[in-house]
Amino acid sequence: MKILVCISHVPDTTSKINFTENDTQFDTNGVQFVINPNDEFGLTRAMWFKEKQGASVDVVTVGGKDTEPTIRKALAIGADTAIRVDTEARDGFQVAKELAKVAQDGSYDLIIAGRESIDYNGGMVPGMLAKLIGAEFINTCVSLEVEDNKATAVREIDGGKETLTASLPLVIGGQKGLVEESDLKIPNMRGIMMARKKPLNVVDPVEAKPQSATQKFEKPAPKGDIKLIDPDNIDALIDLLHNEAKAI
Amino acid sequence: MSILVYTETENNKLKKSAFEVASYAKAVADQLGEKVVALTFNAESTDALADYGVDKVLEVKNDKLSKFNADAYAETLKNAAQQEGSKVVIVSQSANAKYLAPLLAIDLEAAYASNVTDLPETDGGFSVKRTAFTNKAFNYTSLDTDVKIIGLSHNAFGLKDNKSELEKVAFDAKVSDDNFGINVESVDKNTDKVSIADAEIVVSGGRGLKGPENWEMIEELAEVLGAATACSKPVSDMGWRPHSEHVGQTGKPVAANLYIAVGISGAIQHLAGVSASKTKVVINNDDEAPFFKAADYGIVGDAFEVVPKLIEKLKEFKANNA
Repeated sequence: MKILVCISHVPDTTSKINFTENDTQFDTNGVQFVINPNDEFGLTRAMWFKEKQGASVDVVTVGGKDTEPTIRKALAIGADTAIRVDTEARDGFQVAKELAKVAQDGSYDLIIAGRESIDYNGGMVPGMLAKLIGAEFINTCVSLEVEDNKATAVREIDGGKETLTASLPLVIGGQKGLVEESDLKIPNMRGIMMARKKPLNVVDPVEAKPQSATQKFEKPAPKGDIKLIDPDNIDALIDLLHNEAKAI
Repeated sequence: MSILVYTETENNKLKKSAFEVASYAKAVADQLGEKVVALTFNAESTDALADYGVDKVLEVKNDKLSKFNADAYAETLKNAAQQEGSKVVIVSQSANAKYLAPLLAIDLEAAYASNVTDLPETDGGFSVKRTAFTNKAFNYTSLDTDVKIIGLSHNAFGLKDNKSELEKVAFDAKVSDDNFGINVESVDKNTDKVSIADAEIVVSGGRGLKGPENWEMIEELAEVLGAATACSKPVSDMGWRPHSEHVGQTGKPVAANLYIAVGISGAIQHLAGVSASKTKVVINNDDEAPFFKAADYGIVGDAFEVVPKLIEKLKEFKANNA
């Protein structure tokens, strides 16, 4: 089985979010970039397929040279080959188009992406990619098994779960649950050394026109002061929730 | 020309979120001088759409579509949008809508914006305001295609009464076997509990509750309020509660009207994930907990004393306001 894991290079979850250039650009100053957490669960699941079922695992990202440490980390975790599509990621559609080319060139059986990136939260790349290459698609996937070209997956739905089956090729929008948090792989020294020798192929982009464009960013208005309520006066809280917040 | 809105059903009944997206679609239609067309799958009755400004409803009745199937539903919406000449398609941000929207976007060659929180700006272009960086920022995005798809955040617009003359039309989904490459083997849904995505109120517990055996009072508080239960990341990592209850940046987002955090200190990832909620209440014995900086109301106190009292007082309140 040939697996492709799509990696988004995103600010660490603890990052303070600021903007520059008149609030049109994300301020990367002092920001630590990581593998998008939703992708990392999928990458670890891919490693399981490699170890247990002999799958090959390639990773791909769309971005400039600054994204290379992030995909090198994926190699250190155990991926075989990394591919970087050498262009700026501008919107979900353009990224999906770039990934579709890589996916088709590599004839992958299983493509694992995260359900959304934690920066733009677009939640569209995996589904668009599947549609563009004519593969089946399962979103918010929390469990995945593959036997004899057939996948069995569990999808999280609002208020429950659904078990689905599909033939390969298949695209997954993955998230926590694909593997446990405690099973996430941290690169060890040997992995990091080996990653230096693994191929990181830089490929030219295809022509892909974005369908949308960020015009500006805005930070939420600062929060007003909290109203503290005496634990012996719960009635005051109920009064505020009912009459002021109109929440109950 | 029209605005197409996907009005979702649960057990063949229109969901409350369907009325929210319909209300929003009506406002967009008024802005652009167009009509609102809704699409439903196997709805028993669509009468209530007339209360929210829908002009026409395309009613799909098809046993093959009794279970949600993203590709088949997207195909149906595509056929509807093309028949009705819809330039804007509006969907909710339920798990199902988020699943089908990118498929539909490719089918319609449409730009798709998720997590939209306000009406679009349509003077000299088309742009939307959406949340990004897990609610740490808003992102104003132009949608530069002929057809646009908007995913409206839950509880962002609310319900707006708007009486209309509703025309009901049967609609042939025109799906083929090709749309059923994914087989739904089983659905395991907790039908007697409200889901986090659909909830108006969410009651959430953290490590301060000391162990899974203490969740009874969280469940009871949720029951009194008709709320969904949720938890912080450490609680789900330790297996005290299922992953499906984990809310925050890597878990589920919460956009409730009221979010009550009990024994949750408020890590930045947690706060980001729940910050779209309108009113936030924190109950924590540590007055230095970061959540006190992010909440509207707070009680510094022992959850094991405060929560039972709150349950008792809420029961009184409910009895007096029934």
